[in-house]
Amino acid sequence: MLLRKVSQTPALCVAVLRLPQSTPVAQRQVGAAAARSVRLYASQAAEAVIEKPAVGSDAATTADKVEKKAASVESKSFAVNMFKGQISTSQVFPFPSVLNEEKLELLRELLEPCSKFFEEVNDPGKNDTLEMVEEHTMQGLKELGAFGLQVPVDLGGLGLTNTQYARLVELVGLHDLGVGITLGAHQSIGFKGILLYGNKQQKEKYLPKLATGETVAAFCLTEPSSGSDAASIRSIAVPSPCGKYYTLNGSKIWISNGGLAEIFTVFARTPMKDEKTGEVKDKITAFIVERSFGGVTNGPPEKKMGIKASNTAEVFFENVRVPAECVLGEVGEGFKVAMNILNNGRFGMAAALSGTMKGAIAKAVDHAANRTQFGSKIHSFGVIQEKIARMAMYQYVTECMAYMVSGNMDSGATDFQIEAAISKIFASEAAWKVTDECIQIMGGMGFMKDAGVERVLRDLRIFRIFEGTNDILRLFVSLNGFQNAGNQLKSLQKALKNPLGNAGLLATEITKRAKRKAGMSTGLTLQGTVHPELAQSGELSVKAIEQFGEVIEELLLKHGKRIIDEQFVLERVANCAIDLYAMIVVLSRASRSLSQGHSSAQHEKMLCETWCTEAYDRITQNIKFLLLSSVYSAWPVW
Amino acid sequence: MAARVLVGVKRVIDYAVKIRVKPDNTGVVTDGVKHSMNPFCEIAVEEAVRLKEKKLVKEVVAVSCGPQQVQETIRTALAMGADRGIHVEVSGKDYDSLGPLQVSKILAALAKKEEASLIILGKQAIDDDCNQTGQMTAALLDWPQGTFASEVAVEGDKLKVIREVDGGLETIKINLPAVVTADLRLNTPRYATLPNIMKAKKKKITNVKPGDLGVDLTSRLEVLRVDEPPQRQAGVKVETVEDLVGKLKEAGRI
Repeated sequence: MLLRKVSQTPALCVAVLRLPQSTPVAQRQVGAAAARSVRLYASQAAEAVIEKPAVGSDAATTADKVEKKAASVESKSFAVNMFKGQISTSQVFPFPSVLNEEKLELLRELLEPCSKFFEEVNDPGKNDTLEMVEEHTMQGLKELGAFGLQVPVDLGGLGLTNTQYARLVELVGLHDLGVGITLGAHQSIGFKGILLYGNKQQKEKYLPKLATGETVAAFCLTEPSSGSDAASIRSIAVPSPCGKYYTLNGSKIWISNGGLAEIFTVFARTPMKDEKTGEVKDKITAFIVERSFGGVTNGPPEKKMGIKASNTAEVFFENVRVPAECVLGEVGEGFKVAMNILNNGRFGMAAALSGTMKGAIAKAVDHAANRTQFGSKIHSFGVIQEKIARMAMYQYVTECMAYMVSGNMDSGATDFQIEAAISKIFASEAAWKVTDECIQIMGGMGFMKDAGVERVLRDLRIFRIFEGTNDILRLFVSLNGFQNAGNQLKSLQKALKNPLGNAGLLATEITKRAKRKAGMSTGLTLQGTVHPELAQSGELSVKAIEQFGEVIEELLLKHGKRIIDEQFVLERVANCAIDLYAMIVVLSRASRSLSQGHSSAQHEKMLCETWCTEAYDRITQNIKFLLLSSVYSAWPVW
Repeated sequence: MAARVLVGVKRVIDYAVKIRVKPDNTGVVTDGVKHSMNPFCEIAVEEAVRLKEKKLVKEVVAVSCGPQQVQETIRTALAMGADRGIHVEVSGKDYDSLGPLQVSKILAALAKKEEASLIILGKQAIDDDCNQTGQMTAALLDWPQGTFASEVAVEGDKLKVIREVDGGLETIKINLPAVVTADLRLNTPRYATLPNIMKAKKKKITNVKPGDLGVDLTSRLEVLRVDEPPQRQAGVKVETVEDLVGKLKEAGRI
C-alpha cells in the first residue's frame, strides 16, 4: 500500500521527506559542496583526511584515493553514523582489547623502568625553572629509548602499537608535560611524516638516528600569518630548472624543538604547472629538511606561560637547498600530509592528559583526606565530594576516549578523524577543569609552587590551542559530520527520482521520519550490545542519537551548503557530538568491565550512569537551541 | 680471568611499600603487593655486567629461586645486561621456608654445574636482612669470600676486594674462584632501557628443580610468630642538663 502511495505521489514523499524539489540548494549536492570550499581550513582538512592513504603505505595513490572516497560513504565510524541518526557499533562495542598477552606483558615490563626514571631522575620543577629539560635527563631519556617508541624494531625503535604508545605517554603526562611535549613534538608529529609517508630510502636514512635521539625532529607548519588557516602559508620552495633540488625560503614560528632539531618536516608552497591548462598554481608540499643543508637557523627560546621545559623557537629557512629526494609524499599533497600527521598523533594527547588528570586527582584526594577544618576531614563535605566526583568522571571519559581511538587505530580503522578530534577537544578542556579544581581543593597550598600543581595548570593551557585549536576542531567535527550526512541525503534524492525502483528504501525512510515526528522510537536500540545493568543509560544514548540525527537533517535542509558559515550552529552541533561520543565510550568501557567482572566494575557503572544522565540533558538542551534557530523553511514549492 | 659469573637475584617486596603483618601473625602480606629486585642484588648484577663490559668475564648468568613470578626479576637482570637466566623452581611451603642455608646449597651446586668461577651476590636481602647467603655459599664451596665489597678489581688470577667494615675500609686479595657480596657503594645500577628490555625477551631462562641439583630444602628453622615493631612511645622533654641526668638515673640507665 505504501509502495503504491510512493509511486503515485512523489510529491507526497517529497513532502514527508521534506526534500525541496526545485530549490537549487538540495539539488546542488548539499553536503559535498561543503568540502569544496577552499577557504575554510576545517572543510579542507576534512577532505584531506578522508582522502588520506592507509597508514604505513609508501605514497598515496589515486587508486587509494578513489577507494577511500567510496569507503567513506560506507563508513563504520560511530561518529560519522551518529550524524545520520544511525548507530554503527562495530568500532565502539565491545571496547577494543587489542593487546594480546605477549604485548600486554611487554607493556608492563616497559612501564617499570619508565616509571622509575620519571620518579627518580626527571625533576619537573627544575625543568620548569630552568626553562629546559636538564641535560642528564635528556640523555637518560635517549638512552631509555623514549625517542623512538613507534619506530619499527628493525630500524632501531621499539615498534610499539598505538595502544602501547598511549599507555607510555599516559605515564609521561602524569609526571611532566614539558618533557611530554618535547618527546611528542619529536615523534608524534616531528618525524611521523616519515613513518606515514616516507619511502624506503627516507625511512632507512633518517629513522635509526631519530629513534635513538641522536637527531631530534620538529614539525614546521605555523607561520606568523598562518596559524589555524594553515593553507595560507607563505613559505616557498622553488624547484630548480634541473629538477634535482628545491630552494626553500620562509620563516616558521612557535616550533617545538625548533632550537634542538636536526631534522625538520617543513611545509611550503611549490609552484606546480597544471598539465591540462598550463596554468601555474601554488600547492603545498612537505619536505624533510636537514639543518646540515645550510641556511637553517633558529631564534632564541620563546618565553612561555607553560611547558617551559619544551624548547619553542622561530625557525628560518634562507635559500636552503633541499634535494628532490627529500620530498615527503607527493609534490602538491603537503596539506594532506600535514593534516594526517596531526590526525594520527591526536590520540596521544588524550592519553597524556588522562595521565595528568590522574596525578591531579591523586593530589586533590590526598589533600582532602588529610586536611581537617571545622572539626572534620574536608573530604567529608559535600562540596568537596562533588568536585572530586566530577574530576573522576572527566578523567574516566578521557581515558575511555583515548584508548577507544588508539584501539580502533590498532585494529586497522582508517576513518577515526572525528573521534580523534573529539578526544583532543574533550581531553584538553577536561584536564584544564580538573587541574583547576584540584588547586581549588588544595586551597592556598595549591597556589604555591612547591605543591607542583600550578605548574601543571600553566602547562595545560596550550593544549586547547595547539595541534588544531579546539574552536577549529569543533568546526571540523561538525562540517565533517554534515558532509557525510549530506551525502546520504544526496543518495536519497537520487532514489526519489526513481521511486518505483527504490520503493523499499523510500518506504523505510518515510516511516522513519514519520515515527520521529510522532516522537516514537525508530527501532534503533543498543539492547544486547550494552550490558543489561546499563540498559537505561544505553536507552538515553539511543534517544539522543535519534534526536541528533533529526536535527542534523533539518539543519542541512535549511542551510544547505551555507552551513559552512553558520558557526553558531556548528559549535553547538559539535558540543552535542562530543557529549554523544563521550556517552558511548563510557557505556562501552563500563559494559566490558561489568562483563569481565572487574573489581572496579560497579564504580565504573556509577561513573557511566552519572555521566550519561548529565550528558543527555546537555545534548537535549543544545538540540532545543538548534531547533529554535532552524524554523522550518523546507515546505516545498510545487 | 673468570669465564663465567653467577649472580644471585632475589625477588623482594619493593623498598617503598609500607609493610603490613598478616592478621594471623605468620608473616607479612605479600598478595597484590609490589615486588622488585633486591637493591643489593641490583648492585651485584651491575658489577657483573661491568666486568663483562671490561672483558674481564665472558658470561653473566642470573639466578633466582622461587615461584613463577621470580622470572620477572630474572628478566630485569637480563635487561641490565646478563646473558642468560636460571630459574630454580621452588614454591609453596618450600618457598615460605626458603632461607640462606637452602639457597647457598643451591648456588653451590649450580656453581659446580655451570663451572662458574665467580659468584656475586647482594650482601643481604631487604626482607630478612640475614646477611648469610654469600658467606655460607663460599663455605660450602670452600672458596674465599670478599663480603661487603665497595670495590672489586681483577688482578691476574686474583681479586682485590675493598671491604666496608665497622672500622673503615679493609683491602684483601683473594684467589679465584671466589664469592663476593656487594655493598651499597660498590656502584650505581643502570636503568634497564626499553630497547634492552626488548632484547632481553630473546635471552634464555632455563628452569631447574632443586632435586635435580641434589639439594635438600628442609629447613631447620620454624617461624613461630611475626609481629609489628612496638609503637614508638612519646618522649619526655626536660629543661636542663641536671634534669636529664636525674631522669636517666631514675630509669636506671646510668
